[in-house]
Amino acid sequence: MSAGDFLAMGGYGFYVWGSYIVAVVAIAIEVAAVRARLSAARRIGSEETDR
Amino acid sequence: MTSSINWFRFASPASFFPLAQRLAPWFAVSAALLAIVGIYLGFFVAPTDAQQGEAYRIIFIHVPAAWVSMFIYIVMAFWCAMSLTFNTRLAAMMAQALAPTGALFTFIALWTGALWGKPTWGTYWAWDARMTSELILLFLYFGYMALRNAIDDPRRADRASAVLALVGAINVPIIYFSVKWWNTLHQGASVSLTSAPTMARIMVAGMLVMAFAAWFYAIAVTLLRVQAIILERERATGWVGELAGAARGAK
Repeated sequence: MSAGDFLAMGGYGFYVWGSYIVAVVAIAIEVAAVRARLSAARRIGSEETDR
Repeated sequence: MTSSINWFRFASPASFFPLAQRLAPWFAVSAALLAIVGIYLGFFVAPTDAQQGEAYRIIFIHVPAAWVSMFIYIVMAFWCAMSLTFNTRLAAMMAQALAPTGALFTFIALWTGALWGKPTWGTYWAWDARMTSELILLFLYFGYMALRNAIDDPRRADRASAVLALVGAINVPIIYFSVKWWNTLHQGASVSLTSAPTMARIMVAGMLVMAFAAWFYAIAVTLLRVQAIILERERATGWVGELAGAARGAK
């Protein structure tokens, strides 16, 4: 099976890759958002001690 | 009652924080490894389906996402019940940390279901019993988060949102049994605990590995989010200041 055949998914490429790509992007956005929230929370915590 | 291990020690945010910090990377790495194995099984080992061709490969993301979306809700409702019963801050924080990830998996289940429905059933969406109850699950997660955000006092937000989450829990068995109770578009379960799967073993294996990947991912990201929530909500306490001071000193 060639790479082109693999990407075509027997004619269902749009549906199969549309599912997986959106899922991966959604998970990546969640991970980025949680990491940003955690580092912001850490910054707030250290500012409180400076007062 | 006497016990050699004081389990309630971890009910305090201050002592749970370092535990969450230590555990999160292990769950994240396990989730990544399981996802690699699951994708390999799903795309390179599992054969083409006789009826659906390659379109069925959506199963390896759709079914695990749907399972985890329901399971997270049950766990969230459990923590809400704990928070109402014992009035512990950490239980409410766990529920708060789970909701966005539950909404994420509900969204993935609905999205991939739509993209699977089009080639196999001829439609992206129908007001089928299972699809409608899964959509209600998404709204329950959104409603829970919106209600939390609408109440300024975190302890009042804990109680109000816990009541909402517990009332909404009735929807989870409705989703699960919808394919039995109503004979609408969505097919019945291919895998059950009581009978042999109606699909090839390798397909079931790929689905289960992906389900564990999704589950471990959910645990990892929840443990990260609960750390942020603990810091946000406990920042007036001394131990957060000490923690931040120690982190700054280490730089």
